[in-house]
Amino acid sequence: MAIPGGNYSHSGSGMRRLYKFHGGVHPPTHKAESTRTPIAQAAIPSKLVIPLHQHVGNRAVPVVKVGERVLKGQIIGRPEGRLSSGVHASTSGTVSAIDMQLVAHHSGLPDLCITIIPDGKDEWVAHGGVDYKQIQHTELRHLLRQAGVVGLGGAVFPSDMKSYSSKHHIKTLVLNGAECEPYITCDDMLMRERPADILRGGEILRELLRAEEVLIGIEDNKPEAIAALQQAVRDGKHERTEVIAVPTLYPGGGAKQLIRVLTGIEVAAGVRSTEKGVQCFNVATAYCVWRAITYGEPLLSRIVTVTGNVEHAQNFEVLLGTPVGELVVQAGSKPDTDRHIMGGPMMGVDLPSGAVGVTKATNCIIEGSPKLFPPPEPALPCIRCTRCADVCPADLQPQELYWFAKAKDFGKTQEYDLFDCIECGACAYVCPSHIPLVQYYRFAKNEIWQREREQQAAEVARERHEYRQFRIEREKQEKAERLAQKERAAAEAKAAAAAAPPVVPPAAPAIHPDVSPDDTQQIRIDAAIERAKAQAAVTQPKNTDALTPQQQAEIAEIEARRAKLRELAANPGADDEPPKSN
Amino acid sequence: MLWSSPFITTPTSVSQIMLRVLYALIPGIALYVWYFGPAILVSITLASITALATEAVMLKLRRRPLRPFLSDNSALITAWLLALSIPALAPWWLVVVGTAFGIAISKHLYGGLGNNVFNPAMIGYAVLIISFPVHMTHWLTPNMLGEHVLTFGEQLDYIFTGVLPAGSTLDAVTMATPLDTLKTQLHLGLSVNDIRDMPIYGHLSGKGSEMVAIGYVIGGLYMLATRVINWVIPVAYLVTLFVIAGIFNLVDPAHYASPLFHLFSGAAILGAFFIYTDPVGGATTPRGRMIYAAGAALLTYLIRVFGGFPDGVAFAALLMNICVPLIDTWTQPKVFGKKGAAK
Repeated sequence: MAIPGGNYSHSGSGMRRLYKFHGGVHPPTHKAESTRTPIAQAAIPSKLVIPLHQHVGNRAVPVVKVGERVLKGQIIGRPEGRLSSGVHASTSGTVSAIDMQLVAHHSGLPDLCITIIPDGKDEWVAHGGVDYKQIQHTELRHLLRQAGVVGLGGAVFPSDMKSYSSKHHIKTLVLNGAECEPYITCDDMLMRERPADILRGGEILRELLRAEEVLIGIEDNKPEAIAALQQAVRDGKHERTEVIAVPTLYPGGGAKQLIRVLTGIEVAAGVRSTEKGVQCFNVATAYCVWRAITYGEPLLSRIVTVTGNVEHAQNFEVLLGTPVGELVVQAGSKPDTDRHIMGGPMMGVDLPSGAVGVTKATNCIIEGSPKLFPPPEPALPCIRCTRCADVCPADLQPQELYWFAKAKDFGKTQEYDLFDCIECGACAYVCPSHIPLVQYYRFAKNEIWQREREQQAAEVARERHEYRQFRIEREKQEKAERLAQKERAAAEAKAAAAAAPPVVPPAAPAIHPDVSPDDTQQIRIDAAIERAKAQAAVTQPKNTDALTPQQQAEIAEIEARRAKLRELAANPGADDEPPKSN
Repeated sequence: MLWSSPFITTPTSVSQIMLRVLYALIPGIALYVWYFGPAILVSITLASITALATEAVMLKLRRRPLRPFLSDNSALITAWLLALSIPALAPWWLVVVGTAFGIAISKHLYGGLGNNVFNPAMIGYAVLIISFPVHMTHWLTPNMLGEHVLTFGEQLDYIFTGVLPAGSTLDAVTMATPLDTLKTQLHLGLSVNDIRDMPIYGHLSGKGSEMVAIGYVIGGLYMLATRVINWVIPVAYLVTLFVIAGIFNLVDPAHYASPLFHLFSGAAILGAFFIYTDPVGGATTPRGRMIYAAGAALLTYLIRVFGGFPDGVAFAALLMNICVPLIDTWTQPKVFGKKGAAK
């Protein structure tokens, strides 16, 4: 049982009861370094490497050609399918390549990118905004989709798909400004500098969701951001909007953790928060929603914290596609840097190269060095001290999951709710045996996904094999029947012959004397074709005719199963959404 | 070398946690020396050397690296706990045999650190009490009671050569434990009150030993404060033991000693803070820990009062160790968002 916390916070409109989630850790925040100076505009880079897949869902389809001149804000990747989002040229220039490049993604695999050589003019495509109050909701969502607005907290889920709920009444819209990961300050700085636009974007989202209230959750280690937003709420006369300081506790900025803290509602893994009447957007997403609707500005840039092993850590407004290497030099990356981490030190990923472009998911680049992030000590055996369980925000038993994952007992890992793990890393952070627990869980999840895929493939193969066996068997039977028939016919003929008087054998077809040999050939060919046709007409009719009802039922059943599999194969969905664990 | 997130960890290590457990034993040991003389230091030293040597040999045989495991301090905890659980004035080989068995058989043959099903120190104790019951009954008489108090030299002489100073007998310098005495005297028909008037008893339980138990409480509080141990097991164990002893005591005070007597007798306090809290063989879920500790308290009481052994702490630990997989499986907590809902 989680116990509602006794924390009260002073906010714009009085006292609000906050709730606790289980566990959590207090890693050193390292946020001060990058908040000393305002957000700076990063330079236009020498080239932009813009991945077409920067969002959850289908990859955008390129709509430009190599060599084509593009303008800033011009769509270069068209959203494809229901769940997808637009991709745009972040500045004006020339498309130099559309090919597979390394991208900033945890898989480390290359993906299709459009490379643009900027011309330095930063020339805008014709664009203009609308008044959201005059526009239908479907049209607003279409605009968001075209503008490439996705969740900027890191999940990059297309915002148009999150901004409606047909089935459930949404009571609360949560704007997530918690920013719990150490080092990252991009949301903090955005909230300090542009609070009014965040609130206006929140109004659009509230309108789309028809939500009753807007709660903005910010960890209490960001007093400047809290004050700025509270002031903006007063200045903008935003009603039913509350800025709430939440306790600083990692991973309190996880959407589900923040919803729990603000509303007391727990949203289980695999459940959408809208089912519980809550929807959550990152504050930066709300900001982009406002810009996209009111000014017609697609998502072309984002705030990125550049910190860690650098001379002057700072936040930059960075054009999407800017190579990370060209960005970090602007903060003075030090020579002993051995890695670029995208995200925070708890959940971030190592970038495969400094050449990858900044994407919509890039909230922070931490320059790493062996001094800053010393290699982990060798792991000792687990002593079941359960410090991991004490800090797990999902109330899991990490020590058991580790045990089963290590033993490759994947069934058990699922029984112990492996797929409720949000990979926040709190367990590995506190483990006194220095076991890379999260890596074990990722391994187990990947193995399970892999096995499910293999099982599906095997199922299809088995169906195919069974059907083939069935067909061969049936053909054998038919052949035997035909043979029997022939024999019967032969026997009857023999009997008839024995009874009837001998007949003169029919004469061979006479060849007309004035027909040339070529024509004879043609006649023979025609005759052969005719025979073949006739034969086909006899044997070809649907090869499932003339079967026993039982056989036909069997075929129907197999067909139904195949159809289901085809359907499954057509909508895999497994790429983005983990399978439910129970 | 690159690795995946998280890229940062706390500086806590297994060896540091184990070291804190050793620190926590020091107040109890100090009081032990104060009331019973320095013989206990000899057995702790013997046990420590044996534990490290056995650990090294077993690691070599199992082809495991020596350094990380010898420095994890876990063998020392086994050694100290075993030494504190058996009579201090005993032949040197007693503690050596017990420690070696605990480390070699119950720790390494089960896979070493983290894999032992049973608490190695308690296995060592069980082996000794079953194999050498007589040696295990000669507990030092506290200094304030003894007519003849052995000097450190005389204690050493006895431990290594089995020779006591002229004019002294083992019975004169040792005694049965207060728990054991209570049991025997009850059999002889005395009431609890009569027995408690005997000179070996103090305010809580045995003179001297009750003070050592208070030393263990201090260490336990230190471990709670530094979060080396979780509060559930000590509290659940002591409360359950208190309640059970209290019920029996209320029903028939002449035959059943008071709950406080049970808490401060034998190894109950040592068990509550140092033995049942051994994470490796213990239950890990919050509810599981309560069941585990309550079960251990019940077994402790039953073995003490109705069983044949002088104390029940060790056997209660081993019996509850057996139940841990079942308890943990049964008491899996509901995960985030699935509370109240059937899984």
